[in-house]
Amino acid sequence: MDILFLLIPLSTVLALLIIGTLAWALSGGQFDDLEQQGELVFDPGEVDAAGVPIRPRTTRP
Amino acid sequence: MTAVSSPHDAALSQPAYHDKVVRQFSIMAVVWGVVGMLVGVIIAAQLTWPALNFDIAWLSFGRLRPLHTNAVIFAFGGCALMGSSFWVVQRTCQAPLFAPKLAAFMFWAWQAVIVSAAISLPLGYTRGKEYAELEWPISILITIAWVAYAIVFFGTIAKRRVRHIYVANWFYGAFILAVALLHIVNGLSMPASWMKSYSVYAGVQDAMVQWWYGHNAVGFFLTAGFLGMMYYFVPKQAGRPVYSYRLSIVHFWALIFTYMWAGPHHLHYTALPDWAQSVGMLFSLILLAPSWGGMINGIMTLSGAWDKLRSDPILRFLIVALSFYGMATFEGPMMAIKTVNALSHYTDWTIGHVHAGALGWVGMITMGSLYYLIPRLYGQTKMYSVPAIELHFWICTLGVVFYIAAMWVAGVMQGMMWREVNPDGTLAYTFVESVKATYPFYVVRLVGGLMYLAGMLIMAWNTVMTIRQRPQLVIAVAPQTAQLVTPAAVAPV
Repeated sequence: MDILFLLIPLSTVLALLIIGTLAWALSGGQFDDLEQQGELVFDPGEVDAAGVPIRPRTTRP
Repeated sequence: MTAVSSPHDAALSQPAYHDKVVRQFSIMAVVWGVVGMLVGVIIAAQLTWPALNFDIAWLSFGRLRPLHTNAVIFAFGGCALMGSSFWVVQRTCQAPLFAPKLAAFMFWAWQAVIVSAAISLPLGYTRGKEYAELEWPISILITIAWVAYAIVFFGTIAKRRVRHIYVANWFYGAFILAVALLHIVNGLSMPASWMKSYSVYAGVQDAMVQWWYGHNAVGFFLTAGFLGMMYYFVPKQAGRPVYSYRLSIVHFWALIFTYMWAGPHHLHYTALPDWAQSVGMLFSLILLAPSWGGMINGIMTLSGAWDKLRSDPILRFLIVALSFYGMATFEGPMMAIKTVNALSHYTDWTIGHVHAGALGWVGMITMGSLYYLIPRLYGQTKMYSVPAIELHFWICTLGVVFYIAAMWVAGVMQGMMWREVNPDGTLAYTFVESVKATYPFYVVRLVGGLMYLAGMLIMAWNTVMTIRQRPQLVIAVAPQTAQLVTPAAVAPV
């Protein structure tokens, strides 16, 4: 099973790269404010199909 | 574009989104969807009535089956992913596409790959690797198109005008990078002639690379990519932000860390070392957690607005797709357990499982997203016929249920028949007896497939009618919503 000597290091390198990206995103402040970012898909003043303004989750009781 | 004299000029002075390529990909997704599903129906009919291959080699099951899988995964799914990712990345980054000409090139390169597949597979040119059949020259063209895709996508993220990278872009980005790596490692071959090559790996080594590729293709192409779609279009159609944005981030990182190690479950009870099989099984079981977290997150986006499901067939497509995602990601880990796999492997249960994911999750999330996209790409607010979407939804959902229920029963029955032994230790059934017993289930599966194809034809008709309905030029600008500009107003510019 020589192939595992390729696939396991390759997958490990990949996992390290993923950890690196995660660290970059964390230290870059990508995930500092996870309450508001979900609303990024909406434009200011956007309404839904029924014409009702989008209600942000953060203002729900 | 310095003096701003009218609202239209104001609109044009902002960077306009490049939606032509999105339009092209969306239309081709519908076209290839019809083609791929039609081929699927044909081979389902051939399994029921083998005479339907008419003794013509080009129409034989072995050649049409890879054509079906390539057409639905890479043509239908691929076009939908590429088109929707270009729409989503521009809107959530509030920046037009990076290198739009490269995006246009990439569209044509991808169509060339699909057409080459449609020609070379029936002619019998294949590398014999599941989901990686295309011979080496086409494989190189895929690489070129894919690199162009990555440059356009990540270039757009790099020039984004909002600091935060929306979660859908993380999923799309992981899909692009992972598929590039998988395609290259699994695709390494030695050409022997123009349309013949040999894998650089051999025997069980080749099998392991193939299923490291195969399973990650499911994980990153058919799951991560479409989750990117889900995290944009479900909130958009529901008119509410995703249930928990925090959970969506956890979903992303947990999913991509775990998927990579699950491949060996495709090789239970083979020459692969036992411990490697067990590792694959373990990680498959762990995968249940992030998958269900994401599924619940998507469905709960509707919390407080469940009533929308009553009136909105597009939302129903998206939510039922998520339900099938939940079912398939529960079934998958169960089937990866060695003792279950001993029964399920090599039976039609696997086909049922794949189609729960493919027809239910991938197909329906794509259809829902396309129903959102297509009218907006042509300056309209909704499809030509909303009742036709409703009809499509029901015929499609019932088709999936017929399909997977038939394959579950057929699969379990086959597994039980194959392992049945007489008191003297000989097998109770011959293989052909199990084939004969499967016949009624193949008929039911064909009916399910026909219903699913019929739904896709309704969608194609609805798409044509939507496009033919008063064509208007759309110029969407960042960061406002799409603005409608009539051709007359744009003419002087």
